[in-house]
Amino acid sequence: MTTQAGSLPKAASATAVRPERSLGARLAERVGGGLVRVFLIVVGLFWLVPTVGLLLASLRTPADMSASGWWRVFSEPSQLTFESYRKLLENGDITNSLLNTVLITVPATLLVVAIGSLAGYAFAWMEFPGRDWWFLGVVGLLVVPVQVALIPIAELFGRIGLFGTVLGVVLFHTGFGLPFAVFLLRNFFAEIPRELLEAARLDGAGELRLFARVVLPLGGPAIASLGIFQFLWVWNDMLVALVFTKSGTQPITVALQTQVRQFGNNIDVLAPGAFISMVIPLAVFFAFQRQFVSGVMAGAVK
Amino acid sequence: MSSAAAEDVAGTPATPSGPRRRKSVTGTRRTAAALFLLPALVLLGALVVYPIGYSLIRSFLSQSGDSFAGVDNYRALFTDDGIRTALKNNIIWVVFAPTVSTALGLIFAVLTERVRWGTAFKLVVFMPMAISMLAAGIIFRLVYDQDPDKGVANAVWVGVHDSFAESSAFPRAHPGRQSPLRPDQGGFVTAGTVHTGRTVALPLVGVAPDRMPKGAEPAARAQPQPGKVTGTAWQDFTRGKGVGKLGAVDPAEQGYAGMRIEAVKDGKVVASTKAAADGTFTLPAAADGARLRLPASNFREPYNGVDWLGPALVTPAVIGSYVWMWAGFAMVLIAAGLAGMPRELLEAARVDGANEWQVFRRVTVPLLAPVLAVVTVTLMINVLKIFDLVFIIPPGSSQDDANVLALELYRKGFSEDQPGIASAIAVFLLLLVIPVMLFNIRRLRREVRR
Repeated sequence: MTTQAGSLPKAASATAVRPERSLGARLAERVGGGLVRVFLIVVGLFWLVPTVGLLLASLRTPADMSASGWWRVFSEPSQLTFESYRKLLENGDITNSLLNTVLITVPATLLVVAIGSLAGYAFAWMEFPGRDWWFLGVVGLLVVPVQVALIPIAELFGRIGLFGTVLGVVLFHTGFGLPFAVFLLRNFFAEIPRELLEAARLDGAGELRLFARVVLPLGGPAIASLGIFQFLWVWNDMLVALVFTKSGTQPITVALQTQVRQFGNNIDVLAPGAFISMVIPLAVFFAFQRQFVSGVMAGAVK
Repeated sequence: MSSAAAEDVAGTPATPSGPRRRKSVTGTRRTAAALFLLPALVLLGALVVYPIGYSLIRSFLSQSGDSFAGVDNYRALFTDDGIRTALKNNIIWVVFAPTVSTALGLIFAVLTERVRWGTAFKLVVFMPMAISMLAAGIIFRLVYDQDPDKGVANAVWVGVHDSFAESSAFPRAHPGRQSPLRPDQGGFVTAGTVHTGRTVALPLVGVAPDRMPKGAEPAARAQPQPGKVTGTAWQDFTRGKGVGKLGAVDPAEQGYAGMRIEAVKDGKVVASTKAAADGTFTLPAAADGARLRLPASNFREPYNGVDWLGPALVTPAVIGSYVWMWAGFAMVLIAAGLAGMPRELLEAARVDGANEWQVFRRVTVPLLAPVLAVVTVTLMINVLKIFDLVFIIPPGSSQDDANVLALELYRKGFSEDQPGIASAIAVFLLLLVIPVMLFNIRRLRREVRR
C-alpha cells in the first residue's frame, strides 16, 4: 500500500513531463517501434524457415530435391506429393522403429512418474533417519552426464541379458529421469497443506491411501510437468538408444541416424522420417505449452 | 539452481516449510518409508551411482581392463590428437553457445514485451526445444547444403553477395582462333582501335550452351551508324565440324546478352555499354579511336557461397543450430524473470530521463543478473554433453574437425574399443560438472534446513 501511494506522485509527474517531449523524440520512438517489429519478424522467419524447409523437402520427390531447393515449390506447387510419406510408411524398418519409440517412451515416462512420486512423497512427508541427506544426494545426481553411464551400463546390461532390449533402454531412461522427478515432486508435495494430510489421516487413511487419494491428486500440476518433460526427453533421445538398442529394437531417431551418412541419397527417408518423428513432440508441445514450460524451467539443471 | 525460476511457474515455492511443520502426519514406520523409496534408490544406485564408481576405476585400467594403467588414460586426454581437437572444440562450444543463446534470449525477451504478437513470436522461437536434436540436425543439414540451389543458407548468402558484387554470365568464355581479342587484366581487349561508322566483331567461344544467359537470342550483325561505334559480341561457334565461319555471325550462333563492353583510351574508360539480347551494342562518338575491352567482371566464376560444413566453419555452423534450438529456452526463462521485475524501477529511471538503452543497460540487466547466470550455467552444462548435433550435421569429411568430448567418448568406447580412455573422458566430464553439483546441494540444503 505504501509503495503504491509512494509511486503515485511519480506517475503524475511522468504524465506532466510527457507533453514536453519534443516531436523528434516521439518520432524516434515510433521509428524505433517499427524497427523492433521488423527485427522480430526477420528473426521469426529465421526460426521458421529451417523447419518449413524440412516440411517442403519431405513433400517433394528425391529427383526434384537433387535438382533444386525446396523453395522451388512456391513457383511449382505441382511438385508437392505425399509419395515419400507413402513409401516411408510401407518401410517396415521405419514403422517398426516408430513403434519402438512408443514402446520405450510410454513406460519410461510412467515409471519415472510413479517411482518419482513415491520417493518424492517419502522425502516430503515421511520421517526416517538422514532423510534430508538422502534427498540432497539425489539432487546432486541431477547434473551427472549420461555419458558417464554408457560404458558401465552397456557392460552391466550385457552381463544380465538386457543389452539390446527395450526394457534396458526404458530402465536407463528411468534411472536418469529420477533425480529430476524426485527433486521436482518432493518440492511440490512439501507445499501441500499439512491440514489436508492430517484430516485424511484422522479418517483412518494409511500411507498408501494418503499418497493415492491426497498427494497424487494435489500434485497434478507438477506431475503433468514432469510427465511431459520426461516424455519429450525420452522420445527425442538418440544417444542412449544408439548405445543400448540393436536393429530390432531401435527407436526412430536411431533408425534415421543410420541413413544420415548418405544424406543426399536418403533425403526421401530422412526428411519425412524426421518430420514424422517431430509430429508427436510438437503436438504435445502445443497442447501442453504451460506444463512444458514449467517442466523446462524446473528442469533447467538437466 | 533452477528452482528460483521454477517457483513462478511450476507453483513450487522455493521455501519449503520447516522440518517441524513437515513432520510425518502418519507416524511413519520405517519400513513404509523404505518401501516408498526402494524403487527409486535401487534404480539410482544401479544406473547412476554405480556407473560413476565403475568409470572412475575403469579409467585407471588398461584398455583390456585386466591391468592397472596408472594415469595413462588421462594422459591420452592431452596427447591424443582426436581428443585434443575435441577438447578445443568443447571449449569453443562452452564459451560461445551459452553466451550467444543467452544474449539472444535476453534481446528477444525484452523486445517481445513491446509488441502485441510477442506470444506468437515466443512460440516460434521456443518450438525447436520440443523436437529432437536428430530432427534439428537433419533440418540444418538441409539448411547448410553447400549448393546455393539447394541449401537455404547459401541461397540467401549468395543472393546478398551477388546484389553487391554482380556475378558474371560468361565464366569460361575466351577468344577463339583468329580472334581480334587478346587477354587483358582478366578480361579481353581488342588488338586495334575502333572507329565510328564502322562495326566491330567481338567473337568469343567456350560458354556451354546451357550456361548461356537466359535472354540470349540468335546473334545479329550490327549495322554501321554514323557517329557511333557499333558491333556484336557473340558466341562464335556452331556445333559440328567445319560448320559456321570464324569471325562471322552465323545463324545458329547466339549473342552474349548482357556482356559489358568498355571503350578504353590511354587506360581510361571513355564509354561503356551492355550488349543487347542479340549481342549487338552501340557506343557513342566518344569511343572513336579507343580499344574495346570486355572487363574481367564478365568472366568471373560464379560465387558459390560459403562451405558451412567444411573443416573451418563446421563448429560455428553446428553451434548456430544449437542456438536455434536453445535461444528459446533462454528467452522463456528470462521473460519469466522480466515479468517478476518491479516496474516502478524502470518507470522511475525513465522519468529521470534515461533513454531505453540506458534503462536496459543500467536497470534491466543488473536486475536480471541472477536469471542470466542461471541460464548461462545451465546451458554450459548442457553444452558440455553436446553429442547429437555434432554426430548428425557434419558430413563424414569434416566430422573429425567438429569433434567434441561426448562424441569422442562414444567413438573410443563403442567403435575403437578403448574403454579405458572413454572412461577417462567420462570422469573428466563429471569433474567439470561437480562445482554445479555442489552448488545445487548447498543451496538446497539451506532451503531444506530452513
